[in-house]
Amino acid sequence: MTAPADVTAALQSQFPQVTPRSSGDHPAVNVPPSEVVAVLKYLRDTCAYDMLVDVTAVDWGVEASPRFTVVWHLLSTTHHGYVRVAADCASDAAPSVPSVSDLWPAANWHERETFDLLGVTFENHPDPRRILMWDGYPYHPLRKDFPLAGIEVPLPDIEVADLTGASVKPAPMMGGPFVASSGEMNLTDAEPRAKDESWTERREKPVSE
Amino acid sequence: MVSANTELAYNTKIEGDIVVTKADAVINWLRSSSVWPMPMGLACCAIELMGVAASRFDIARFGAEVFRFSPRQADCMIVAGTVTYKMAPHVRRIYDQMAEPKWVIAMGACASSGGMYRSYATLQGVDQIVPVDVYISGCPPRPEALLDALIKLQSKIGRERSAKTLLASA
Repeated sequence: MTAPADVTAALQSQFPQVTPRSSGDHPAVNVPPSEVVAVLKYLRDTCAYDMLVDVTAVDWGVEASPRFTVVWHLLSTTHHGYVRVAADCASDAAPSVPSVSDLWPAANWHERETFDLLGVTFENHPDPRRILMWDGYPYHPLRKDFPLAGIEVPLPDIEVADLTGASVKPAPMMGGPFVASSGEMNLTDAEPRAKDESWTERREKPVSE
Repeated sequence: MVSANTELAYNTKIEGDIVVTKADAVINWLRSSSVWPMPMGLACCAIELMGVAASRFDIARFGAEVFRFSPRQADCMIVAGTVTYKMAPHVRRIYDQMAEPKWVIAMGACASSGGMYRSYATLQGVDQIVPVDVYISGCPPRPEALLDALIKLQSKIGRERSAKTLLASA
């Protein structure tokens, strides 16, 4: 089992639908979702990429199509190289790709996290629950159309919500420690704060740079 | 008439086995001198909380060294750390399991106000779900700050109308 010198070429000879993907660091390929399991299995069993380092997804924006791209990072522990595999989800409304948690048990929680935060469903996942937000939470917080401050929903526990009158509220963004301003100004203005204050504060949402 | 007794303190030889005081003073003295804390350690503040309990800062000097991990044996919940919305109902349920009288210390910026976590996932202050007696600033607070909060809580307990509430509930 050896790692080929050119992973992209080796994959393309085996899977004609694989295309090279622009990358600043490691070899990267685009794969159609239907081929993902076969490609990853080939990389693991034939090319010695034996460790699944990360599974995540990209939301390219509400208008973009394809909107969601799922990304897998593999590492070869014997040849010390990474490879990146990406698959554009066919559906923008209900994105889904096949699960690889039977190839790598490590994929289980990564896929749950990707489902939880970005709403990508992994077909045939053994335990397709949320992992960070609570069961029954209605949104996927890392999607581009979800405000950082959050959206008002009831607390996860109805009894406690009734008892306390508390609910999940949009967080105040004023003064959030996200962007520090520097230069000659008073301390109040120089405080680190969130650029985006459109949900709870007075300022308009800035146009993305 | 001028008394020969110049002592200000209680003297058994002069006054015998009788102490005259107020019920509130006795009850509050008992309660404030042995606060049993319940460490609700949720984030990095819990590390400072452990430091307070250890020998260098030694919360035992103020009678609060008996950390109880069961809410049923504790008087004072120290919320040390970030309270997420997922955790918030559990914090409230643990608070509900504590026996009266009970107090809450919100330790650090996160427990007091959400701190630097201005996000969809974080409760913006534990006072939204439990009544807080003392807030501590800091991220995390120094152990001395927690000791100061405990002393403030003790003086707050000392001002309570304990006898009245005790007799009313009896």
